[in-house]
Amino acid sequence: MSNPNQAMVEKYRSNFLKEVEANVEEGHWVKMCMQCGVCSGSCPLGPHWEHPPQEIFMMIRAGKREEVLGSSSMWMCTSCYNCIARCPRGLPITHIMHGLATYAKRLGLQPKTQPTAKFSQLFWSNLTKTGRVNELKLGLSLYFMNGFANGIKTALKMQDVGLGMYKTGRLNPLEILGGHSIKDTGGLQKMLKKAFEIEEAKIAEYKG
Amino acid sequence: MAKREYSFYPGCSSQSKASSVNYLKSTQTICEELDIQLNEIPDWNCCSASIGYGGGGELPRISLSARNIALSQQAHGQQDIVATCAACWLATREAKERIEHDGEVRSGIDAALGEIGIKIEGEMPKTRHMVEVLIEDVGYEEMQSKVKKPLEGLKIAGYVGCQTNRPFGIDGESYENPKYLDKMIEIVGAEPVEKYEKKASCCGGALMFSEPEKSQALVKDIIEAAYDGGADMIVTPCPVCQMNVEVYQGHINKTYGTKFKIPVVYYSTLMAVAFGRNGKDAALDGQMIRATRLEEIAKK
Ligand code: SF4
Ligand code: SF4
Ligand code: SF4
Ligand code: SF4
Repeated sequence: MSNPNQAMVEKYRSNFLKEVEANVEEGHWVKMCMQCGVCSGSCPLGPHWEHPPQEIFMMIRAGKREEVLGSSSMWMCTSCYNCIARCPRGLPITHIMHGLATYAKRLGLQPKTQPTAKFSQLFWSNLTKTGRVNELKLGLSLYFMNGFANGIKTALKMQDVGLGMYKTGRLNPLEILGGHSIKDTGGLQKMLKKAFEIEEAKIAEYKG
Repeated sequence: MAKREYSFYPGCSSQSKASSVNYLKSTQTICEELDIQLNEIPDWNCCSASIGYGGGGELPRISLSARNIALSQQAHGQQDIVATCAACWLATREAKERIEHDGEVRSGIDAALGEIGIKIEGEMPKTRHMVEVLIEDVGYEEMQSKVKKPLEGLKIAGYVGCQTNRPFGIDGESYENPKYLDKMIEIVGAEPVEKYEKKASCCGGALMFSEPEKSQALVKDIIEAAYDGGADMIVTPCPVCQMNVEVYQGHINKTYGTKFKIPVVYYSTLMAVAFGRNGKDAALDGQMIRATRLEEIAKK
């Protein structure tokens, strides 16, 4: 099975809801949505969502797989928890949005230029390397995530912020040489590898 | 012997020369004053906040917090874990809940921790926000009794933000209009902005990095509402909020033609000054937009 997405398409032919329930974090909640729309008015970046959460849940039930997983919507979630605080059915909407995003990314279906998809991967890679976030490297890789020329432009635009942070002792240029780290990075990576394996195995199991 | 002891999860952003090192400094200062001992979790790791999901799925993310919980138990037994960062608090607390309620997650976590020879023993300790410790354990009265220099004449907008409010809330307060930060402002002798309309609205969080224009539009409204309420400064309980609201004011001014220049401080900085500590202990030197009114009081 070289293409994970193709495998999922075959497996769940015409039942996207089942696929979500099995493979998406907290996906078993989706069927509980009563389409009241409260969550959709709650997102801080609401106007920028292609499909607000309520619509996403409707589309999942309608089997609109490509539209949902390929959407930039979930990546607009700021993790503000407005929706969770308000949903009359108690759906963990924030987590489902993150879960859909994770799943889409795993299958390679996320929009290719989605900045938050890129940033959240950078963040993860940054922290798992040493066990702690290296803010300088994270910042730099962020500026350069859309190519070199763009990176220079962003870095220049951000100069004032960087300098201000440096002057107040809140940014360390030497972090480029390594920076903060936990002692047991080897162990951390071993632990994460195991966690990934278990998750992969679970998804594979639903394939059969 | 200190009166109150906790296991402490500082979080990446408060490490030396990281973006909220000033938060850590001022927190240490008020803990000294209030006789609180924070025992750092040995070799703690980052929790991946709310934004790590692009790289890590459910289990890898929860395993990060689980490792911290296990290490905390190992070193500090059942002491409550205290976090100063909202995202750290939330991630660790959510991890505990998920591990408790989802058998599949539990067995996955046991296996992942097993790889490095550690485990979660019995009941997991609670994870609490520093603000909870102050309000629930220390109490408003005791905090007030430590005030030596009331911050008289200052009007402050209490910006609670999202994650120090939702989904868990502080001290059982309402999500739409939490009052604890206003009460803390009153305790230190300042005046809270009444009906601060953007009190619990979102600053964009980590999307400030990936979607700067969209997030800065949110921050613009947060600052505008503070000015509208007559605020001299903004106070927050969260390192992400603090940074987002303070450091992009120049960019926002350029985009919108505004003239924002409002200091954004931590509650711990306010308290340290009111408790009579100097500017250094209160970490006033960590302000990109200097809190001159606080500096004056600290110097008196
Ligand atoms: S608030 Fe809850 S029930 Fe209402 S639409 Fe959103 S998810 Fe569905
Ligand atoms: S947590 Fe995400 S989905 Fe929920 S209201 Fe906030 S932005 Fe919308
Ligand atoms: S929430 Fe932020 S500060 Fe806290 S550990 Fe995670 S990344 Fe580091
Ligand atoms: S975005 Fe700002 S206000 Fe919202 S959770 Fe994060 S720090 Fe809090």
